[in-house]
Amino acid sequence: MQAIDTGSTAWMLVSAALVLFMTPGLALFYAGMVRSKNALSTTMHSLFAMGPVSIIWAVVGYTLAFGHDFGGIVGGLQAIGLGGVLGSVTGSGTAAIPTSVYVMYQGMFAIITVGLITGAIAERMKFKAYVVFATAWVILVYSPLAHWVWGGGWLMKLGALDFAGGTVVHIASASAALATAICLGRRKGYGTEELRPHNIPMSVLGAGILWFGWFGFNAGSALASGHLAGSAFMATHLSAAAGLLAWNLTEVLTGRKPTVLGAASGAVAGLVGITPAAGFVTPLAAIFIGLTCGVLCYFALRIKNRFGFDDALDVVGVHGIGGTTGALLTGIFASVAVNAAGANGLLFGGGPALLGKQAIGVVATIAFSFTMSFVILKLLDATMGLRVDPETEAMGLDVSEHSETAYEL
Amino acid sequence: MKKIEAIIKPHVLDEVKAALQQLGVTGMTAYEVKGFGRQKGHTEVYRGSEYTVDFVPKTKIELVVDDDIAPKVEQAIIDAARTGKIGDGKVFTSTIESAVRIRTGERGPEAL
Repeated sequence: MQAIDTGSTAWMLVSAALVLFMTPGLALFYAGMVRSKNALSTTMHSLFAMGPVSIIWAVVGYTLAFGHDFGGIVGGLQAIGLGGVLGSVTGSGTAAIPTSVYVMYQGMFAIITVGLITGAIAERMKFKAYVVFATAWVILVYSPLAHWVWGGGWLMKLGALDFAGGTVVHIASASAALATAICLGRRKGYGTEELRPHNIPMSVLGAGILWFGWFGFNAGSALASGHLAGSAFMATHLSAAAGLLAWNLTEVLTGRKPTVLGAASGAVAGLVGITPAAGFVTPLAAIFIGLTCGVLCYFALRIKNRFGFDDALDVVGVHGIGGTTGALLTGIFASVAVNAAGANGLLFGGGPALLGKQAIGVVATIAFSFTMSFVILKLLDATMGLRVDPETEAMGLDVSEHSETAYEL
Repeated sequence: MKKIEAIIKPHVLDEVKAALQQLGVTGMTAYEVKGFGRQKGHTEVYRGSEYTVDFVPKTKIELVVDDDIAPKVEQAIIDAARTGKIGDGKVFTSTIESAVRIRTGERGPEAL
């Protein structure tokens, strides 16, 4: 067997576990924001993804994303069923890690990306339809996109930078979320009833777990232990902190109280924004990205009702706006002084070239994920139906879809 | 026998209970309730969306007492529950026809 770097391997094993932990964190974050009658259904959307997505990843997802490039679009089938993975090595020198670790690390991203979409389907989608959608989405959308950006596909060749998944994870999930919000329609009572969060402390715990796990998500995306992991770790933390601060400050400066859910949402917005940039920017640029995302995502949510789509838990507002902002700001703040494998952005003498590539990455991701998701959803709607009936929706999905209730009160 | 029902602010429940115990009242029932009256509700804000909450949380107590102490009970509740601000609540008194203690079969004031 080829030699591996034990330090990097240890860090990547930990990072993979950290990224997995984000998914139950996301379950809590989302579940706290729905009404109590849908707390389990919302939890289950994220939790359940850990099952089928992991299996799909092992069988075909990994090879579609990271198999030998096929026309820049998709990976070949060399590693179907993870054939040839055991004993092989990914990376070289101090970044040499067992391919098995790399496979697991990347697989955790596929899980949470599916989980992120579910913020838009909360409180009204049939569980069966969700499961089929998630399965199709990982194979037809996530895996090819991961190939485009990280697996040697056309966006990677173009030179678009996405350190940890601003496009692949956040913009892709937000675009799919928009498609689901459109195809599902608004929740019963949208605009007339009070669709209030039922457990903010639960959401705060979830956001805390997300922040914690994000260190694996971003610093792990260095794919090695070392300077780059350290600088990505620092950028991640500072951006989250800036996002939290910016959201609460914006609330106060616009005459409102600093809200707890706002602090949690601001931190997540900062984390989303720094995701594509984490390994390419300086600490001060990270703070600027976090501040920008905190403010922009806040205003995105303030105006979202004007569009009339019921993106229940704001996947578009936080992950779409935050991801896009981060991807574009990477084109401005990226610096080869931080990461020699990156490029110089607008502010560091690289001219507008990188910004243009980043914009292409954003637009291509939105177009691909939205269109594919929309088609999958329309097919499912015509065959099995997407939405529970109105009575079931009024009763809550916990009892009707899972035969359980979250609370005995 | 009189039934006394009172809607009070939740935070005065313990004081009301202590005042009634001093009068020799041996039992009462308390509920957590929501309602609206002259006291306005409040606004909550989640991720920038405002929600008006009309129903205000209140505590409702209910007890049945002998006729002779009913006026004192009523006054004790008023004294203990009054803060002088809007939303202090109300006390209702009504006549009870019969009462039975299930365990012994005692009837009337004996059952209280």
